[in-house]
Amino acid sequence: MGILEVKDVNKRFGGLQALGDVNLSVAENTVHAIIGPNGAGKSTLLNCLVGKLIPDTGSVMFAGQSVLGRKPYEINQMGISRVFQTPEIFGDLSVLENMMIPVLAKRDGAFKLRAIENVQDEGELLAEAEQMLDEVKMLDKRHMHAASMSRGDKRRLEMAMCLIQRPKLLLLDEPTAGMARADTNNTIALLKEIKEKRDITMCIIEHDMHVVFSLADRITVLAQGTPLVEDTPERIKGHPKVKEAYLGEAA
Amino acid sequence: MDQFIVQVLNGLDKGSAYALIALGLTLIFGTLGVVNFAHGALFMLGAFCAVIFSRLISLSHEIVDETRTDFLGNPMTVDVPYMHDIFGPELGASIIDWAVPLAILFSIPVMIGVGFAMERGLIKHFYKRPHADQILVTFGLAIVLQEIIKAFFGANPIQTPAPEAFTGSFDFGVWLGYDPLTIMYPYWRLVYFFFAAVVIGAVFAFLQFTTFGMVVRAGMADRETVGLLGIDIDKRFTLMFAMAACVAGLAGVMYAPIVAPNYHMGMDFLVLSFVVVVVGGMGSLPGAVFAGFLLGILESFASMPAVVDLLPGINQIVIYLVAIIILLTRPRGLMGRKGVMEE
Amino acid sequence: MLGIKGKDLSVFLLVAMLALLAPFLLNPFPVDSAMAQFNAGYPDLMQRFVIFGIFAIGFNILFGLTGYLSFGHAAFLGVGSYAAIWMMKLVSLNIIPGIIMAIIFAALFSVVVGYISLRRSGIYFSILTLAFAQMSYALAYSVLTPITGGETGLQIKPGDDPLLSNLAEGEIGRANLFGLEMGDSAILRAGGWEFTMNVGYYVCALVMLVAFYLAIRIFRSPFGMMLRAVKSNQQRMNYTGLNSRPYTLAAFVISGMYAGLAGGLMVAMDTQVGPERMFWTASGEVVLMTILGGAGTLIGPVLGAGFIKYMENIVSKINSTVLHEWFAFLPDGMEDFLVTIFYPFVGKGWHLTLGLMFMAVVIFLPGGLVEGGQRIASIFRRGKKSGAGDESAKQETPAE
Repeated sequence: MGILEVKDVNKRFGGLQALGDVNLSVAENTVHAIIGPNGAGKSTLLNCLVGKLIPDTGSVMFAGQSVLGRKPYEINQMGISRVFQTPEIFGDLSVLENMMIPVLAKRDGAFKLRAIENVQDEGELLAEAEQMLDEVKMLDKRHMHAASMSRGDKRRLEMAMCLIQRPKLLLLDEPTAGMARADTNNTIALLKEIKEKRDITMCIIEHDMHVVFSLADRITVLAQGTPLVEDTPERIKGHPKVKEAYLGEAA
Repeated sequence: MDQFIVQVLNGLDKGSAYALIALGLTLIFGTLGVVNFAHGALFMLGAFCAVIFSRLISLSHEIVDETRTDFLGNPMTVDVPYMHDIFGPELGASIIDWAVPLAILFSIPVMIGVGFAMERGLIKHFYKRPHADQILVTFGLAIVLQEIIKAFFGANPIQTPAPEAFTGSFDFGVWLGYDPLTIMYPYWRLVYFFFAAVVIGAVFAFLQFTTFGMVVRAGMADRETVGLLGIDIDKRFTLMFAMAACVAGLAGVMYAPIVAPNYHMGMDFLVLSFVVVVVGGMGSLPGAVFAGFLLGILESFASMPAVVDLLPGINQIVIYLVAIIILLTRPRGLMGRKGVMEE
Repeated sequence: MLGIKGKDLSVFLLVAMLALLAPFLLNPFPVDSAMAQFNAGYPDLMQRFVIFGIFAIGFNILFGLTGYLSFGHAAFLGVGSYAAIWMMKLVSLNIIPGIIMAIIFAALFSVVVGYISLRRSGIYFSILTLAFAQMSYALAYSVLTPITGGETGLQIKPGDDPLLSNLAEGEIGRANLFGLEMGDSAILRAGGWEFTMNVGYYVCALVMLVAFYLAIRIFRSPFGMMLRAVKSNQQRMNYTGLNSRPYTLAAFVISGMYAGLAGGLMVAMDTQVGPERMFWTASGEVVLMTILGGAGTLIGPVLGAGFIKYMENIVSKINSTVLHEWFAFLPDGMEDFLVTIFYPFVGKGWHLTLGLMFMAVVIFLPGGLVEGGQRIASIFRRGKKSGAGDESAKQETPAE
């Protein structure tokens, strides 16, 4: 049993079958990549995992519990964090405050009215946030206005915000989309480091084969809403069905 | 049934005003992305165009009339409007009588000028600012405009009658086969409704059939792309704003005989017109018109004695109540497009 | 001190000083001088300063932190006022129960309005709150007349005999705090100056300081940070395991309670209430105050409320005679000319000045008076720095 089990998931938008009988099993502490051409249903699948969309049929189980019908914040509290295609951070807040919010959410849950306590008195949490910032080499930027940072820094901050919650599963939605090669390589390096240092399962949706083959332990190829093959990177390379899906060649 | 028709008719004129103001608001919002809280003030300015125009053409000078004498036997001085001198007494008198409809011609250039000045001088600088800022600055402008009017015309409403030909009521009932006097409808309100229908039709035709309109509609759908096509969208949007101001002004001019113009009438209408826009769906022109009439008529139904007896106070709150229900059940309003004003 | 430190503490102490010394600070001119009309140190006006200050501080917790622009907050003020006057008519002339009930009722009402309105955001939220406030106004004006007194409103009348206050036959009750009457004042005379120290004002000022102190704590608390997160990025918030709805609702209710408190205090000071207190222009006024002072800043709303109420009272008092006096030193023609120019902006034309001022702030100073102050301060600082010598200035330029 994997930590994430997707069974027979279907999703239609009007006449369009976005996902058809998707089955997916992500093993714990692995990096699992989902690839596929445009319109293959990658983003729809991801949105079904985080509670943004509810599949028409099928089940999505995370660590033995169903995620269906739960709100995004409940799913996060179960231990799933998400990195967006364009970094989603709290632009109006300082970098350190950006880190404080996820730790507070981890400790206090989805809502807790702590209106009289002072954030500055949260010594432990502050130390934790600073340590995490140090780990992603952003400690010197902790008082910066988050919106004023470069895109690469925003990406790193977003990942740090996810990691500080110690999620069991980290979902990454095209984490290198629109990045220059150098930034992409930095991100790959960062993700590799995370993979080595932590007990974490990652599920990456990605276009860039370079990223996928540098990181993934297993790859699922999605085409027209259905998984074509699932295998190790070595065997996916040159797999006839994959070629067909991407190039439209007759096999 | 006759009661039903009476209420529908009663709702039409207010509904027409809501629809016209809401139409302009939506045009401005849809094209420029600006929430214009000064739009009610434009309606009010229109109504005062009628006042100013009727005062202008009633300007008169004194002459001594030898044929008439006062009680002391002296010749009497009488006021003679210049219009009588220019067009002769009869035509002159009817021109003065027809001041309100004629004021339309006066108001169009005035309102276009006002709209132009407003957009170039103020609104232009707020395209990229948050909606809250737009609301606030136009709210400030609305206060300024209404205070200026108050300074010149005082706080009291100014009666501005319709032409004599339109006083009295039209017996709708007879026309539809009811007994006489069951369904009476003032002529002027009928005129107002048809006038509103024509203006609304003209705006839609303009947007539908002219190149300009096409660009504006495209801009409403996707401003950035249209900008990328190398079309100078800003210039057109300025004209669009002037046009929306003009529509609000026209709504005001013709409304003057229905409600005597006063300086705060714009604010009274603004709040309701905003509710209308939101109910119709932000950015949807047909929605604005439809919701305008719908809410006008609903308000009139809620004012029926039978309804008020059953639910006291419902006439005062029905529009807001409907707005709340619609916003909760249909977040985008009746005909709203996806993605408008949803952050 | 008190769990706040640094800059916050100095801001709090500054406001406390201003509030406590207001009767002196606002009466800088001797009674007989020509400038005496610019004295603002009379109880009625000072009470309004701090009461509207409370209203704006509360509004700022919602608007300044979460960015949700409510156009219906006057409804909570009105509900609080009605609750308070009924307590004073029926239960006790002591203002404490009245104010407590005002807060409770405003809280209950804001839970309902907030729960529904917060299902939408942006302009839809503004319109929903506006709709609720207008409905409350219309109902208070008409159907609810038995409870609200309709157009004339409610006031304490000779026949009112509150349970806990022993009134003599026919005596009209007066609001008090454990026997201390709100209307009582001590007048201090020194030379040509006169200072009125009013009980009601000091009660309001103390309440305002408590309210301001709590607002500071909220701003610096985890809750306050969450509210800023709501304003900044709700999507990220939801994917960080936080439910933004209860946070915004809590902010909405807290600001509604501040409004209720302000409404209760208004009744405590001036024992009457009418429905116009709930009209949407009243909601607009608190928005103006907050923005003018500086939304999202601590001291902004207090400054904005004080500024608007001060200007309203002072500017609206200037009439043509006063203007003529001012310009009397000029030649007649010039004098008349200047009077004609200024006249529309003063007296009854005060709203025109307000509107212009408001536009000017939104256009040039989106951060309000606080931003204006900061800009001026930074000009001074820069002035000092350049005076210190060119060398340090050179060193500060970044290497790249």
